[in-house]
Amino acid sequence: MCATCGCADGAGTRHQHDDGTWHTHTVTLGEKVLARNDELARQNRDWLRARGILALNLMSSPGAGKTTLLERTASDLAGELVIGVIEGDQETALDADRMRAAGCKVVQVNTGTGCHLDAAMVREALTALNPPDGSVVVIENVGNLVCPALFDLGEAHRVVLASVTEGADKPVKYPHMFRSAGLVLVSKTDLLPHVDFDLARCTADLGKISPGATVLPVSARAGDGIAPWYDWLRQRTPS
Amino acid sequence: MHELAIAESVIDAVTQRLPGAKVTCVHLEIGALSGVMADSIRFCFDMATEGTGMEGARLEISEPPAECRCRACGAEFQPDSPVVLCPCGSPDVAVLSGEQLKIVSVQVA
Repeated sequence: MCATCGCADGAGTRHQHDDGTWHTHTVTLGEKVLARNDELARQNRDWLRARGILALNLMSSPGAGKTTLLERTASDLAGELVIGVIEGDQETALDADRMRAAGCKVVQVNTGTGCHLDAAMVREALTALNPPDGSVVVIENVGNLVCPALFDLGEAHRVVLASVTEGADKPVKYPHMFRSAGLVLVSKTDLLPHVDFDLARCTADLGKISPGATVLPVSARAGDGIAPWYDWLRQRTPS
Repeated sequence: MHELAIAESVIDAVTQRLPGAKVTCVHLEIGALSGVMADSIRFCFDMATEGTGMEGARLEISEPPAECRCRACGAEFQPDSPVVLCPCGSPDVAVLSGEQLKIVSVQVA
């Protein structure tokens, strides 16, 4: 019974009390907030699996080297793996242009003021990309170590880049992102002589935050560590 | 910020489940490991409901602690940090709850 006006709960006509408050009743929903995104992600995942396509969600802060690594990967593995790319940025098609020049089919998604890709955007992009069966699709997310972590896109694996110029403390400062990573690439290792970066500490921290993750140091520019990254890719591409 | 997308998802979900309803309050449950900040959601919710049928609706947010179980020693504990370590020191931990982002209920006039 309503304590304010004495009428029974669900008594029917919507009404307000003298103090302006509405007489209300509780409707239990028990619904996940991101249910719609999760459902679209599940559909994306099923669609990709049915076609034997390996989809990676590639994330990092802006400028950590995602596109440069992808350019090198596409170039070195041309003829061996077909790599399609979905590029996510607030504005411009600069990264799509680079990946097209590297020989990849690519779709650019511009989020405007949005800070992350979501499953609906990826679904549309996959339709436009139309990747062949047995290929690899890399979704290069918006540069951001915070927001993309919450949004399942339907990927098989999350690959997070942390460059040596950012400092070794990024994993502990952004645990939600790094906890979700299956592979962490410590990038730009060619710059190690010029920066203070404790690789051992970074790796140890990652062991606490994401115990199951593989950690690989890599330089796309110099080629150091690139072979283990290619092996990681090959092992997960359906043959 | 992602809390805006989340606030919009809350509004969409409620509007879809209860079309036309006069919603005066939404009760959310935000797990401690969900990566979402309650204050940011409140701010974004007010922005996102402006001009909609849910304008003026209140948000009630409960933030239950996360529950984890250590795979190394079997202990169950509530982590006090997003870097989840068992008191025994092991990072090999199963998250039993804490990542949820849920609309528990709404008050409807």
